[in-house]
Amino acid sequence: MDVETSAKGREALASVPNTPGAPKPDPIVVGDGITRTFGGLTAVDVEHIEIQRGVITALIGPNGAGKTTLFNLLTGFDKPDAGDWSFNGNRLAGLPAFKVARLGMVRTFQLTKVLSKLTVIENMRLGATGQRGEHFWLSMLPPLWRAQEQANTERADDLLRRFKLDAKREDFAGSLSGGQRKLLEMARALMVDPELIMLDEPMAGVNPALKQSLLGHVKSLREEGRTVLFVEHDMDMVRDISDWVIVMAQGKIVAEGRPEQIMADPAVIDAYLGAHHDADLSELDEARIEAEATAELDQEAKND
Amino acid sequence: MDWGSIFSNAMASALGPDAIVYALAAIGLNVHFGYTGLLNFGQAGFMAVAAYGLAASVATWGLPFWVGIAIGFGAALLLALLLGVPTLRLRADYLAIATIASAEILRLVFGSVTLSDWFGGSNGRQQFANTFYDMNPYSSRLDFGLFSFSANDAWVFTVGWFLVALSCLAVWSLMRSPWGRVLKSIREDEDAVRSLGKNVFSYKMQALILGGMFGALAGFMLAIKQQSVIPTDYATDITFFAYTALLLGGAGRVLGPVIGAIIFWFLMTFLGGFFSSAASIDLIPDVVMSDIQASLVRFILVGAGLMALMIFRPQGIFGDRREIAIDGR
Amino acid sequence: MLGAILLGAGGAYGTSPAALPSESSDNSITVVLIDTRGTEAGESGKPVPDVDIEVSDDSGTVGEGTTDEEGRASIPIPGLGSYTVTVDEDTLPEDTQLSGEGGNERTVNVVISGDMRVQFPIADERAAGAGFVSKLMTGAVSGVKFGLIIGLAALGLSMVFGTTGLTNFSHGELITFGGLVVYGFNRGLGLPVVLAGILTVIVSAGFGWVQERGLWRPLRRRGTGLVAMMIVSIGFALFLRNVYQYVFGGNTKSLSQYVSQQRVSLGPISLAPKEMAIMAIAFVAIALVCAALMTTRLGKATRAVADNPALASSSGLRVDGVIGSVWIVGTALTGLAGVLLAVDQQVEFQMGFKMLLLVFASVTLGGLGTVWGALIGSMVVGIMVEVSPVLGVPAELKYTPALLVLILILLVRPQGILGRRERIG
Repeated sequence: MDVETSAKGREALASVPNTPGAPKPDPIVVGDGITRTFGGLTAVDVEHIEIQRGVITALIGPNGAGKTTLFNLLTGFDKPDAGDWSFNGNRLAGLPAFKVARLGMVRTFQLTKVLSKLTVIENMRLGATGQRGEHFWLSMLPPLWRAQEQANTERADDLLRRFKLDAKREDFAGSLSGGQRKLLEMARALMVDPELIMLDEPMAGVNPALKQSLLGHVKSLREEGRTVLFVEHDMDMVRDISDWVIVMAQGKIVAEGRPEQIMADPAVIDAYLGAHHDADLSELDEARIEAEATAELDQEAKND
Repeated sequence: MDWGSIFSNAMASALGPDAIVYALAAIGLNVHFGYTGLLNFGQAGFMAVAAYGLAASVATWGLPFWVGIAIGFGAALLLALLLGVPTLRLRADYLAIATIASAEILRLVFGSVTLSDWFGGSNGRQQFANTFYDMNPYSSRLDFGLFSFSANDAWVFTVGWFLVALSCLAVWSLMRSPWGRVLKSIREDEDAVRSLGKNVFSYKMQALILGGMFGALAGFMLAIKQQSVIPTDYATDITFFAYTALLLGGAGRVLGPVIGAIIFWFLMTFLGGFFSSAASIDLIPDVVMSDIQASLVRFILVGAGLMALMIFRPQGIFGDRREIAIDGR
Repeated sequence: MLGAILLGAGGAYGTSPAALPSESSDNSITVVLIDTRGTEAGESGKPVPDVDIEVSDDSGTVGEGTTDEEGRASIPIPGLGSYTVTVDEDTLPEDTQLSGEGGNERTVNVVISGDMRVQFPIADERAAGAGFVSKLMTGAVSGVKFGLIIGLAALGLSMVFGTTGLTNFSHGELITFGGLVVYGFNRGLGLPVVLAGILTVIVSAGFGWVQERGLWRPLRRRGTGLVAMMIVSIGFALFLRNVYQYVFGGNTKSLSQYVSQQRVSLGPISLAPKEMAIMAIAFVAIALVCAALMTTRLGKATRAVADNPALASSSGLRVDGVIGSVWIVGTALTGLAGVLLAVDQQVEFQMGFKMLLLVFASVTLGGLGTVWGALIGSMVVGIMVEVSPVLGVPAELKYTPALLVLILILLVRPQGILGRRERIG
């Protein structure tokens, strides 16, 4: 059923026009008139944005385009000067970050925020929501929360196995490599069981050997029926796994479309790709083939 | 030089009421700083409102002792709320400045001539803990061989260490629970905790209140042990000495503050006794060190010691470097 | 401000709550009241006789006495411990009034046997009979003077914070350093106060450099965190303050010149010449440093480092060199604040420590790390401190409104008056 959601989402995208701020058939996030200025500099000025449910959307753009700031605004980590946005129909403007997360919209950070002095499994347990043991008075009565803690631990262990971190279970999170931290952060975010997971540069600082498995993990999120929004500079990743690409420059959304269309859009190439012009164009066909292959694989998965 | 009496005085101080007061204050700071990363530099303020709440209730307004205790706790709770609301959303150094400033305001207010009808100005308030001493089961000195306590000190000693043990038990059980895990996570990175749907502000407030309650206990014990509150006892330095004790024993460890307070008072009294007798028998010539100067050497050493501790062994003398609570942030 | 000083030693530094065991011997507390208004330091003042003094402890009155022809009253006490000395203000001569924190009471911790001396400052009957407006004006001008002195120290603190992120709790001791060194040059070596002041600023600059080289730079190199550095600065403050008391003693002392000056009337306000000089010197120093920050290469480099150390470093600036200069200039300014405070009032080992929170309040009020903010904040704090008694705040609580505003500003506008909102993530 989950796979159905994602496949449906992708089919639906086929009919969406390639215009900035294009309406989507089944948007999970809708935002209007979001602006944020730092001193005189306008970091974000988004007229309209919609994120389709059940697909992987990439948010790309040159440095300083306002991608991370938009992430911060959407998730309540920063306050905009103006703007209104909703998640699953719930208005989010003015809501503190923790409430946004509780609604099912969970983010990771560009500079990974693992809790270094806690073990990997403790990092994971922290992610679980609705813990009785996190209430001050109840926490002093272990019988009231021990069973729940046990269940959370089992779920955490499953996720650790899936993300191949089970060997590191008892290690301090501070001892992990950059890539393992990214994985831990993603796994920890899944403990919240989010509908929308927002990844801020999941590939930054990850060694190439780990990249493929990380890509697989992101795709598996989609197969579970979750919606993924990610910021990335790594064009290979954008091409590989995204169903839809939103391009930002100087705080505004300048283009939207399927990855192969975006890569071919001369406006985008001018605005963003710049120096990498040639390299990216030459790999375009490859991207298309891969996208088709992915679609086929998904189709197979659906038939299973 | 009478090494025997210097040593036995030091032992009495390390296990006596002084150490108890510092242990309780440092347990509070451990909850604030060691576990949650909140830099409360106003523990003296929490101690002062509790002590004055008790003293003024009984000595000024004639209320029963236990009502005074309740008022003292209530005042500490109120202080935590008043301080927390503006500062807990801010960076660590703002909290530090705001808390130290409020502790100083409180000390000035309690010592003010204008309010001396309530708090007694610089004389403070006395004789408010008779109820406590009436319950004293000891009728004679309590002798430990090397040193001994008067009957009243023995009662303070008994109740005090019982409270310390109880506090440690509470901290231990809280910090091994999911609640404690959230606090420790906030210490590491509060944005990460926020991104996982936890109300960081609320947890910080709970931690501030809990630590403030231990501070209140310390204030009660300090007031009760001398049957007196005077404003100078609640000066900023007491907070910093409690920090020194905490760091000595190891922040973020359940028994750290207790061990730290014991070592701190042993050293303070030992050094005080050593230098004053060294100066008085002219082992150190008067030109170099007079009697007054001799009483200052230990404070100079506390300052140097706090620096050295923070630089070379931030995990405390017994701590494990990997579990150190203070990070390079 | 103080028209008179009192002879005698202060109590021992009462930080330890532990009451030391009593010993019986011939202990006494001696109070000496000498009115030195209108006399230069060094000359002996006029003793104040026939004033009733009472000494009490926790259990009540221990002894009473009346000052004799030499202004002296010696009251025996039973043993070591904490005592309260009270001057009966009704028995003071008509034109005399006690001033200073604590009013007519002093708490004395007697920790050693012998004779303990206690001091009570005597000030002019302050602005008695003067109209409200005149008092307000005088308060405001004193406030500007105090604000300028705070401003020097706040500028020093703010510059160091801006470039290194260090919230320096030993900054108060750097003010005291200026006060004690100028006293040493002046009283110890017999130099005139102006020359002693100039030398002190130079020595302070050197002290800043030594600190940066010997302590703070090595700590930065080790990658010590800001919170850890803050705690190191607390240890350093405790260390310095007690070393000061060790060397200088617990007494309040005066420089040899400009101790007490006739005030000159300027319309509704009256000012002593030294007060005008203090304001002028502080103003010029602040203006020079601000101009240097705006125009010189080093000044621009300083602001670049404050804005973004990593970027400044990657664009070829010698960040350590800039920070070193900031420590030198900042500590020199702070030392100057100490000198001016010593000239304006007196010298004692806690003079800077007592101002530390006001300096913090100023810097926070204006916005941590911004130079102009620190100056505006200082003026606000200085004026608030001096004007609040006129508006009915009890004199012993005159620091509290400024500290309350510090907490309130954090509630409303945490970035301060001129600070910027921070960027997250």
